[in-house]
Amino acid sequence: MKQIEKALRRPITGILISIVMGFIVGAVVLTIAGYSPLAAYREMILGVFSKPKYMVQVIIRATPLIFTGLSISFAFKTGMFNIGAEGQAIMGMVTAAVVGYCIELPPVIHFIAVALAAIVVAGLWGALVGVLKAKFGIHEVISGIMLNWIALYFNNFMISMPWLKKPEAEASYEVLESSWLVVLNSWKTSDAGREWLLDGTHPVLSDVLIRTDLNYGIFLAIAAAALVWFLLTRTTKGYEMRAVGSGADVARFAGINVNKNLILSLAIAGALAGLAGAVVITGTMPHRISVLTAQPGYGFDGISVALMANTSPFGVIASALLFAGLQYGGSSIQAELGAPSEIINIVIGTIIFFIAMSGAFRMLADYLEKRRGRSDGK
Amino acid sequence: MASNIFLAITITFMYAAPLILTALGGVVSERSGVINIGLEGMMVMGAFTGAAVGYYTANPWLGFLAAGLAGGALALLHAVASVTFKANQTISGVALNFIGQGLALFLCRLFFEGATMSKTVPNPMPKLFGFLGLPQVDGILAQLNVDMTFIIAVLLTVVIWFVMYRTKWGLRLRAVGEHPAAADTLGVNVYAVRYAAVFISGILAGFGGAAQSLAVVSLFTPTVISGQGFIAMAAVIFGKWTPHGAMLACLIFAFAQALVVLLGGGAVQISPQLLSMLPYVLTILVLVLFVGKAVSPKADGVPYEKGAR
Repeated sequence: MKQIEKALRRPITGILISIVMGFIVGAVVLTIAGYSPLAAYREMILGVFSKPKYMVQVIIRATPLIFTGLSISFAFKTGMFNIGAEGQAIMGMVTAAVVGYCIELPPVIHFIAVALAAIVVAGLWGALVGVLKAKFGIHEVISGIMLNWIALYFNNFMISMPWLKKPEAEASYEVLESSWLVVLNSWKTSDAGREWLLDGTHPVLSDVLIRTDLNYGIFLAIAAAALVWFLLTRTTKGYEMRAVGSGADVARFAGINVNKNLILSLAIAGALAGLAGAVVITGTMPHRISVLTAQPGYGFDGISVALMANTSPFGVIASALLFAGLQYGGSSIQAELGAPSEIINIVIGTIIFFIAMSGAFRMLADYLEKRRGRSDGK
Repeated sequence: MASNIFLAITITFMYAAPLILTALGGVVSERSGVINIGLEGMMVMGAFTGAAVGYYTANPWLGFLAAGLAGGALALLHAVASVTFKANQTISGVALNFIGQGLALFLCRLFFEGATMSKTVPNPMPKLFGFLGLPQVDGILAQLNVDMTFIIAVLLTVVIWFVMYRTKWGLRLRAVGEHPAAADTLGVNVYAVRYAAVFISGILAGFGGAAQSLAVVSLFTPTVISGQGFIAMAAVIFGKWTPHGAMLACLIFAFAQALVVLLGGGAVQISPQLLSMLPYVLTILVLVLFVGKAVSPKADGVPYEKGAR
């Protein structure tokens, strides 16, 4: 009994139960709609795990979500809801597209330049939210939402510039290959590489290298998670920012400059989201920005990723993989069974819904403890 | 020139109606102490239900009412989570955005042969003259022919203002949002008030969604609601959590959108992309220059636990 109570109090239990609940509700909805949930989930699992190339696709899709998930987790820890991660990611994409196309640098150095530029621009975009909050008291949710749309139209504005717009396309020029983050890019497109990959003796490797945009972004994302964890838990600055997050008045009383920390933490959150944009442009096809009619969703999906991870930096890696896996696998439900792939959004929504209610598990633990206490007392 | 001004007003009213309805929902919910980030999802549900019922019954009013119920039903989930189970309201709202979006598109595929778009409704929501049975007129008078959804939005603003500030229930609502423990001591059922407020907010957001799908475009598409729920949420804060303030904020925002349409017509040489930023830049500027710090209801977002201090 005691073990159950203890388990119920741990956050991971709540998250696991929530994931199970998500799939149960998804199964119920599928059954009502006349589809077999078992067949649907089977297709989904096959769609992710049956080939290495599919798993690589999931990792590729998860990479930017790790960055935006970290951005939102970080902001949550410092007491703010960075709904503006969406726009910050767009600013990162635009910056990457410009620096990646207009400046010529040797490989690796070029990517570093692109990443740094995206960090600076998106960091400033995030800091702007902080300044508006610190100096004018504007709620970060309002300014974040407004700046998301301004970023979207800025993206479209840049594509209307003749020096960046590719003729005959609603998109920019591709960034130079020297800035690409794709694994073994120059080798796999060389004659020797092609010959080696296509001679039929390395089916898995050739499948992964030729048919996916496998890139180094995932390693950067894991490093970023470690960095965020270190900053928050092992440095004075991180402690100050968390103090501001748990109570501005108390922090002010303790001599912490609240406004400065607020701006700084949104700048860091912005920089993380900006890296998501840089990784998308340098790591995956089509290596360019296109005219946007709706928000691309990296930031909004990052909110879910952060919440599913209970805002833990390392948890974000797992939850981004789960999120990307659900979405990628979900598309094969549609392809194989004709069942609406939107079922995945219902599953994800239900998971988050139960995570929101994970207090209920603690309430259950309290109740069990009380009952046990009563029976012990007899 | 005069016709341009009238045109600007007509467009403003058209864009404003869905925003005002949804923002009113946000005001009611947040004044009771429950943050509702799920407005967007409830709007999507409303937009789909409105279009689907409107298509199959050919009656836009039935569609409009059904949309309110659909939004309300989704909101009840939010109430269960955030009132009964003391959930984190931000998280639960984000979840509802997913569920609303997912469910609407899922149902759309079931009811419209696998398409994520509904068919065009035979009868969209009428405009004022059509509703009153007046003949179409030309000239300046034609500009008075505003959407019925806008008139409903204005009437509901008045009604909600009256209920909030002039009735016992309104006083309870506000008390529960400011200091639930004190309200509880005086015998107010905090949970019941919050449940009602969240349910009403869902109904209003559902209306808002239907105002978009039944009056502005007359069908449901996956992008018919793209961010209006979040704009409405911003309008709630902009309007300092009052119904009239939220309505004014929505009108300002919609007017800026009307300007985009009008100026985009070619009168002024300006990049259309830069012009499109106008409503969003203007919102921030107005907040910086005139509105200043917004103070939310004290217990906004805080679950109430009986007996806790």
